[in-house]
Amino acid sequence: MPLSAIAFETEQVAPRAPAPVPQQPIATLSNITKRYGTTVALDGLDLSLRTGEVVALLGPNGAGKSTAIKLLLGLIAPTSGTSRVFGSDPRETTTRTRVGAMLQVARVTETLRVREHLDLFRSYYPNPLPVSEILHIAQLQGIEDRLFSQLSGGQKQRVLFALAICGNPDLVFLDEPTVGMDIEARRALWQQIRSLSDQGKTVLLTTHYLEEADALAHRIIVINKGRVISEGTPTEIKRNSGGRTIRCYTNLSREFLLTLPSVTSVEFNAGAVVVAATDAETVLREMLLRDETLSGLEVTSPALEDAFLALTKN
Amino acid sequence: MATSAIAQPLPTAPGTVRTLRIFRKETKYEFLKLMRTKSFSLSTIGFPVMFYILFGIANRNAYAGNIHVAKYMLGGYACFGLIGAALFGIGVGVASELAAGWLELKRASPMPAPAYLFAKCASAVAFGLIIVSILTVIAVSLGGVSLTSIELAKMLGMTIVGSISFASMGLLLALLVPANAAPAIVNLIYLPMSFLSGLWMPLRFMPHWLQGVAPALPTYHLSQLMLSIFGYQDSMSLATHWNALIGFTSLMLGLSWLIFHRKERNA
Repeated sequence: MPLSAIAFETEQVAPRAPAPVPQQPIATLSNITKRYGTTVALDGLDLSLRTGEVVALLGPNGAGKSTAIKLLLGLIAPTSGTSRVFGSDPRETTTRTRVGAMLQVARVTETLRVREHLDLFRSYYPNPLPVSEILHIAQLQGIEDRLFSQLSGGQKQRVLFALAICGNPDLVFLDEPTVGMDIEARRALWQQIRSLSDQGKTVLLTTHYLEEADALAHRIIVINKGRVISEGTPTEIKRNSGGRTIRCYTNLSREFLLTLPSVTSVEFNAGAVVVAATDAETVLREMLLRDETLSGLEVTSPALEDAFLALTKN
Repeated sequence: MATSAIAQPLPTAPGTVRTLRIFRKETKYEFLKLMRTKSFSLSTIGFPVMFYILFGIANRNAYAGNIHVAKYMLGGYACFGLIGAALFGIGVGVASELAAGWLELKRASPMPAPAYLFAKCASAVAFGLIIVSILTVIAVSLGGVSLTSIELAKMLGMTIVGSISFASMGLLLALLVPANAAPAIVNLIYLPMSFLSGLWMPLRFMPHWLQGVAPALPTYHLSQLMLSIFGYQDSMSLATHWNALIGFTSLMLGLSWLIFHRKERNA
């Protein structure tokens, strides 16, 4: 990563890193390997975040998503490779004042009120958001005087979200932010994540809900076993993992269909044929030309979920 | 990003003011949290008070030579109470915050780490002072104990010293012990150690072979320093007790530091 090399040099000359120019990554993991004993959590991972984008980190359990976030937060040190945030070490206090994090916390101090939690976390940051604004963004109005122990699961998640954004950070890490939320609360939080991005803030989120990545992310990074296995917009990810599916009733033979360009599989299902192809248009044109009786036509993109399963299946 | 470039130099000027405010808020909320956690506040304050009422007040007219037993026991239960607050508040408190990932979230924030430790330690001191004050009021009003104001001031001073000293042990336990086992393990260390150092009943009433164990325990040295305020200490010199207590505290802090850094390296 030549960019981080430049950032490092500038930092050597002047202690305060210059404000990043647009398109320069504001946070990078370069060739990171992280081992726990003999287990390899991350294996030569490269990752970079640019100003204003929402990036989703997808992967099965144990893929290394949380490890990547902890490295960017400077909570753990890499076995090899470098982690840079805003051109400097993520452990620097000056870096941390520009970063907010929502981590998976098993138990938060239960005997403090929502308002007290916010008051304490706001005091850590030089330019925090006003309390009323935080309550509005995280939709905590009306419950700000409740003890944490009196909140529902979704409300607790919203308090953790509030703690992540209360310092008005430029970069926000959200580790499984909508776990335990109902659909309505989840969509409301999505709206808030989008508005963070509209304000030019950068968001890195991990999620198990593929729908969430599809709805929010500008860019999805699929990791498995500590390596990036695919990266792109949600559309690109779907396209790269087997293209689209054509389903119809036709008298064309399976053998013929398999000879068409870009066809990856042909299956028969309840009298209909299901053709998977990366270049669906060309295949379809040929099929319509050869079979005038073709009927019941449906063309579908795979759900992100199918794409994801296809990608992570070794 | 122009705004952040302008905003950056600003926080350095009021930096100390802001840091002090973090220390103050961290301490305030740590204390509030402990106060509202009934399982902590009721037991750490309640047990020494209950024991003192049962065993101390019962001896309001008992004298062993020049020693007023109820006053002697005030010194013992003062130590018992303040040590409990430090070991449970920090040992169990930090262990559970570590295990729950709450400490990790705080570490990811710009919170200065010393603020966290200061808040824990200051809250242990505050609870120690509350417990010793309550015990003193009971001793004077019900136990027929007479205390000079200098003795009281020295007792409160020794409470601060003892709370800080045993806070270091709480920290070490928090780093070593799994959170769900922490309350049990703290009890397994705290209760026998208190008994064997004569915090519950004067050592001279115990079998001779048991009395020999006491000088190996930090609780004994703290209690001897506390009792020396009333002139009730054993024959060992005060310097020995001070050295033992300082040595113990340094050992606990040193081991905590080593373990913390080893954990951080392996994290």
